[in-house]
Amino acid sequence: MARLVKPYGDTQNDGKVQLSFTLPLEWSEAADEAARQLAGKMGFTDVQVVDGRRIASGFSFFVVYASTAQGIDVENISASSARAHAMTMEEIDAYVTEHVGRKIRVAGACIGTDAHTVGIDAILNMKGYKGDYGLERYHAFETYNLGSQVAVEELVRFAQEKELDALLASQVVTQKGSDVKNFTALGELLEAQGIRDRIVLICGGPRVTNRLASELGYDAGFGRGTLPSEVAAFIAVTLVQRLRLAAR
Amino acid sequence: MELRIDRGCVERCRTLAAAIADPVEEFIAVHSTVAVERAVLRLVGVDGVTPDEVPLPNAIVDSLSAARLCGGAATAFGKGLAETGLAPQALAEAIAAGGHRLDEFEATPESAARGALRPFVEAALARIAGRREERAAYLARLPQLPPPLLYVIVASGNIYEDRTAAVAAAEAGAQVIAVIRSTGQSLLDFVPYGPTTEGFGGTYATQANFAIMRAALDEVGEKLGRYVMLTNYASGLCMPEIAVMAALERLDMLLNDSMYGILFRDINMQRTFVDQHFSRMLNAYSGIVINTGEDNYLTTADAVDQAPAVLASQFINEEFAHRAGMPDRQIGLGDAYEIDPDRQDGFLYQLAQAQLAREIFPEAPLKYMPPTKHMTGDVFKGHLIDAMFNLTSVMTGQNIHLCGMLTEAIHTPFLGDRALSLENARYIMNTARHFGDEVVLRPGGIVERRAQSVLSDCETLLERVASLGLMKAIESATFADVTRTPEGGRGFEGVFGRAAEYWNPFEEALKPKMASATVPS
Repeated sequence: MARLVKPYGDTQNDGKVQLSFTLPLEWSEAADEAARQLAGKMGFTDVQVVDGRRIASGFSFFVVYASTAQGIDVENISASSARAHAMTMEEIDAYVTEHVGRKIRVAGACIGTDAHTVGIDAILNMKGYKGDYGLERYHAFETYNLGSQVAVEELVRFAQEKELDALLASQVVTQKGSDVKNFTALGELLEAQGIRDRIVLICGGPRVTNRLASELGYDAGFGRGTLPSEVAAFIAVTLVQRLRLAAR
Repeated sequence: MELRIDRGCVERCRTLAAAIADPVEEFIAVHSTVAVERAVLRLVGVDGVTPDEVPLPNAIVDSLSAARLCGGAATAFGKGLAETGLAPQALAEAIAAGGHRLDEFEATPESAARGALRPFVEAALARIAGRREERAAYLARLPQLPPPLLYVIVASGNIYEDRTAAVAAAEAGAQVIAVIRSTGQSLLDFVPYGPTTEGFGGTYATQANFAIMRAALDEVGEKLGRYVMLTNYASGLCMPEIAVMAALERLDMLLNDSMYGILFRDINMQRTFVDQHFSRMLNAYSGIVINTGEDNYLTTADAVDQAPAVLASQFINEEFAHRAGMPDRQIGLGDAYEIDPDRQDGFLYQLAQAQLAREIFPEAPLKYMPPTKHMTGDVFKGHLIDAMFNLTSVMTGQNIHLCGMLTEAIHTPFLGDRALSLENARYIMNTARHFGDEVVLRPGGIVERRAQSVLSDCETLLERVASLGLMKAIESATFADVTRTPEGGRGFEGVFGRAAEYWNPFEEALKPKMASATVPS
């Protein structure tokens, strides 16, 4: 059964939204009116330009409240998540001991020219993130944090040399699609080397979603706020599934 | 607002920093690097690229045998000038095109080489002094607003887009514009050439890009009646060369940290120590304020735990800067507002750290970096955290204030984001302008106890570094939990021992200038 949901201001189905944007226009009453009409063309009604002002010569900034007539049928919405296997560090360690019987070899890196290691460090470093220990702390993992600006070729070489079970590629910089290019290059090179199937391939970064990851042919994608244990559980569970399939 | 801190402890920290710098300085004195030699060539007027886009300074230095390089590029190049009678650029082009080789001139006496190079050395020094005087004249005629100087970053990858953004930011109140570099530039062992319109996460630092931005900021500065400063990033494999370009194009500040490249970019430590020294000598003479990179300790590890490391790094950066001839007023020591916003009394800890730096380095134009690590997609909370950062900055008298963006962690700032950020800072700094003067910190209270504990932990840390030696200390992961070896990291192959006849005319010229303390502001 369809269940239509609209934005909620202070009344069910009022459809209220707030917008803010900059127009490359010197501020004037006419600029406010331009902002109002623009919001109308976006499909909004009851448009109120509650603030409009000059922020630089030739540029004005607007805050707009408006209503939308659009709603969304939430019964037909699904979003994949890689964060489904909730386990603690101790549980994951025990799970891996029981089902894998050796340490899982994992490496992570910021690939390409990206130098922002905040994300990969949060997942891998012993200290972890938000009180959730990083993979280095687990008995279940042998962890290699290769740091920043690692060439895709180097990472693949490393994966072969260490016979890695899982690879984490991190991208924070997204300018001009550099993240997607680098992720794609990594996936393709792993394929070309014939080792894609035996590696749990994961991408991460503030703008990464699991949907993007599956589009790129990755096993999972983790975005902002991800805890190390969520990644650890995904790796463990996925690897165990693969080992079972391979044993059949 | 004043902290009662143990002044004896501060003195001991400075003594330890000096003991840490001593052996490194001895090392620096007998070494040079390819980047230092390329900087010397740039200074005497070598610029441009070969048809394969190799910068001429690289082409010349690469053409020298190891044995000749150890004597310094200046001597080898000077011999060529003496024999050919060509101007530096023409000689460089001839060498790159294969018309000459520097080893043709091996037999030329050194005195002839020095004599031939001398006028170009004098011209370079005069040109830099001219740029410095130009800045002083601008500042006298178009004075800045009082500190904290509001600093914003532009980073579109395209210098012409950056120019639009920078002018808009200046009009919205920015007083310092940084053009952040393309990611990865710090690891290039050459400086790209010409105006650039493509970059990743930033715009390449090139001399042409510097000039484009300088002209735009001078123009908007005239319009606004206040000088707008320009900054860029020296740290990396080309510190001395970027220092040259910045001097020639009248940049006002440069990011220049004595250890950042080692720890956070895995650049070889010997390379970095030698490069930072010569680059800072040039910065000192150019009147450029350096900004050090202590914020990096806080973004890669817990900010509360890393506080003593930040202070220790400030002491070490100060010491190395002094040894390169920098006066305190050019040493912009760094810190950042990175404590977890969920931590109770986190603001008090930030205040303690910022005020501690203010009192220990009273003349230094402190550089304060905004929250980044705990910024999420929640722009509303982000704007609030930035407001607390702004308050801390104005209360503790920080000088260079990098404005936090509510969209940090989302995208490279939009034009409107920068305007909102600047409004936030201007509002807080106006409404609380003299708040710091009115506040008396409770003796023995949380802030004072925190400051004292950071200071004494810093002393312990510096003691450990001094007893191990700085290179050994870095190797044993004393800073930022990373370990680097003296021979490891990028750029080590570009470090070499100086031969007895080594000559760097700029080092020679700048040393006495530093000693007589004639470096103007």
